Amino acid sequence: MDHFARLGLPAALELEPASLDRAYFARQRQWHPDRFVGRPPAERAKASVEAAALNEAYRTLKDPLARAAYFASMKGVDLPGDGRTIDDPDLLMEAMEAREALHEAESVEAVEALAARARDDVAAGLRVLDGLFLRDDKPAIRKTLLRLRYLDKFAEEAQARRINLERSKA
Amino acid sequence: MTLLEIHEPGETPLPHAGEGTLAVGIDLGTTNSVVAIARDGRPAALHDETGRAMVPSVVAYPETGGVKVGDQARELMAREPRNVVSSVKRLMGRGAADLHAVAGVLPYEIEPGSGETDMVKLRIGGKARSPVEISAEILKMLRIRAEQALDKPVERAVITVPAYFDDAARTATRDAARVAGLEVLRLVNEPTAAALAYGLDKGSEGIYAVYDLGGGTFDFSLLRLEKGVFQVLATGGDAALGGDDFDRAIAERMLAERRTDGLADRVDEAAVKAALVLARQMKEQLTDRDQASGRLEIGGVPSFHALTRPDFEAMIDSHVRRTIDIARGVLADAGMEAGEVRGVVLVGGSTRVPVVREAVAGMIGKAPLTDIDPDEVVALGAALQAEALTGGGDTLLLDVTPLSLGLETMGGIVEKIVPRNTPIPVQLAQDFTTYQDGQTAMAIHVVQGEREMVADCRSLARFELLGIPPMTAGAARIRVTFAVDADGLLTVSAEERTTGVQQRIEVKPSYGLSHEDMADMLYDSLEHAEEDMTQRLLTEARVEGRRNLLALDVALQKDEALLGADERAALDAARGRLEAAIAGDDREAINAAAEALETLSKPFAERRMDRGIREALSGRSVVELESRVSDRAGE
Repeated sequence: MDHFARLGLPAALELEPASLDRAYFARQRQWHPDRFVGRPPAERAKASVEAAALNEAYRTLKDPLARAAYFASMKGVDLPGDGRTIDDPDLLMEAMEAREALHEAESVEAVEALAARARDDVAAGLRVLDGLFLRDDKPAIRKTLLRLRYLDKFAEEAQARRINLERSKA
Repeated sequence: MTLLEIHEPGETPLPHAGEGTLAVGIDLGTTNSVVAIARDGRPAALHDETGRAMVPSVVAYPETGGVKVGDQARELMAREPRNVVSSVKRLMGRGAADLHAVAGVLPYEIEPGSGETDMVKLRIGGKARSPVEISAEILKMLRIRAEQALDKPVERAVITVPAYFDDAARTATRDAARVAGLEVLRLVNEPTAAALAYGLDKGSEGIYAVYDLGGGTFDFSLLRLEKGVFQVLATGGDAALGGDDFDRAIAERMLAERRTDGLADRVDEAAVKAALVLARQMKEQLTDRDQASGRLEIGGVPSFHALTRPDFEAMIDSHVRRTIDIARGVLADAGMEAGEVRGVVLVGGSTRVPVVREAVAGMIGKAPLTDIDPDEVVALGAALQAEALTGGGDTLLLDVTPLSLGLETMGGIVEKIVPRNTPIPVQLAQDFTTYQDGQTAMAIHVVQGEREMVADCRSLARFELLGIPPMTAGAARIRVTFAVDADGLLTVSAEERTTGVQQRIEVKPSYGLSHEDMADMLYDSLEHAEEDMTQRLLTEARVEGRRNLLALDVALQKDEALLGADERAALDAARGRLEAAIAGDDREAINAAAEALETLSKPFAERRMDRGIREALSGRSVVELESRVSDRAGE
């Protein structure tokens, strides 16, 4: 069963956070192991598996980027595991330049500006995806998702560098 | 329609089962413990004859024999210090390295762990006792108190643990309950229990924070409360930070003052205990007053000490700041600003320290909530959950893992399988493969922590998956599955997918984190994220480089004949340059050398491939080949 079906939601790129929460809470009320204390072991085991699957589905669908990647894989887009390999020369170039800029940024403000740009790029990329899915343009979806993964990771690194700079200043 | 239920032998379902016995909630604290019961959604702490709910978490094994717990044990502290233990919770699931000394002396006599367990033992009352059995005495006492108050047998309990407790400490707590004759319905995280008590009592909705500073542990959790759902968004803490550290700072200062005054003390366990007892009294005085004073007697020689509030605040400043740093990190993990937090609930006796309250208020920008007694709120929440689990309630507690769980991979890198703040129960798997041709075993090393390198994380367990059929490197598919149950306990299993060779272990870490380990892990991960990343990239480059070397060696062994002498010499030179680069620390140099070697070996690889194809094609008919090609096209 796919994550959308498990939560009784239509498979889509866009998902209203409130309806995702509602669906998740309702199903956890039914399957959470707390509801099965004192039940026979077989029932408890089943509940635990169901609850774990619900948590996995919720976690994946809650994060827009993870959801987009999951939705893409449902549509048959082939994504490399965890975005480790970058086979797109443009992206490789962009990544190298951004890393260099991050490395050279010596102030909290400069790092924050880079992180903010990465976040804006992620938001813009997610907006573009909708149209790509409509056209079922798999190569473009793949390219966009790989770039989004990279940007997300970059924002994380920028955050780490910002904390580092703040600490060394304090 | 009524359906008959069929049960496994010996299993009876609720709510019919055990109506004669009650389920209680227990806050097994570092300094004090509380037992409570809930009926119809109304929780109440159970008191003794004098009307007190708190039982000091102190256990004594007096000269006269028997065991004393609570106030009676505390009274023996001065007379028989060697027979009394306090703050045993700090030792749950831990090793000797986790203990804090005062003036180089521990308030206990330690026996190193022996045999299969490395958990520390204490020499108390002339006998080596484990923290598990000492904690069990406290639980037994609470159980008896509950049975007397309720006039019914009590056999089941929800017991709370710090959210930041690791697997070893959780297991030790569950074991202690078993020794005390209590079935643990659920281990619930202390801040979550506090939120439950708070939310159900006040009907609060929205985002709430719980700041829980107890005697020995600190937790900070962010929860969303909504129509009976208590969803933990993120949690963090330090399993070795609490009011005990404040006491220790004061005790150290008093001992130093005696030295300055020329008193030649023999600082032994008894002296340390006396200093700690007075330190605690002075700390408590400073809650309502600006100055505290007291008299300390060591070896029959008295001394008088005074402490002002500003001095005390300066002494504990680094501890308080650390809690605020952790709290900020939790907010960042949840992607939240302090302004989004509706209220912050204070839990734990150490939140009575005025400067702690001020720091929390300053961070969140709101006055903290204290309308439920911070000493009782956790036990009340546990009691509510005990009632919900046995009687069937409508509340839903959704908790998370406090620390990331992962595996060691090539080069000592941690591959995180379950990131911190993942909702539990959870089951996540990842596939790994073999590194060498013909590899038949794979070592699985389970670690907990946030850092990128294994050496900086805490080792939970090691096991080996044996009997992998010999295959070429990278062909085996080994799926490692991490399952964390609703109590936060981990089970790891590994399976070779092509043959089904399986191995499964319940992770029962026998040894606790040393204090610089777990205590600093989260903190460090933020501080070191950047260098970790650099280190990781370097290690990855090295692993990749070595893989290239290995592949080249295998190819040379087989098909050396395909190379001319010049080509071979050039390859050897490039191979040497890559080896030299791997020995160095320059990632770019490694990658460049690896690429150079790859470019240089390309013609060799092509020749090998051609030969492989020729071998594969020889003796086959054209028809056979064409059908293969069309198969391909159809893929």
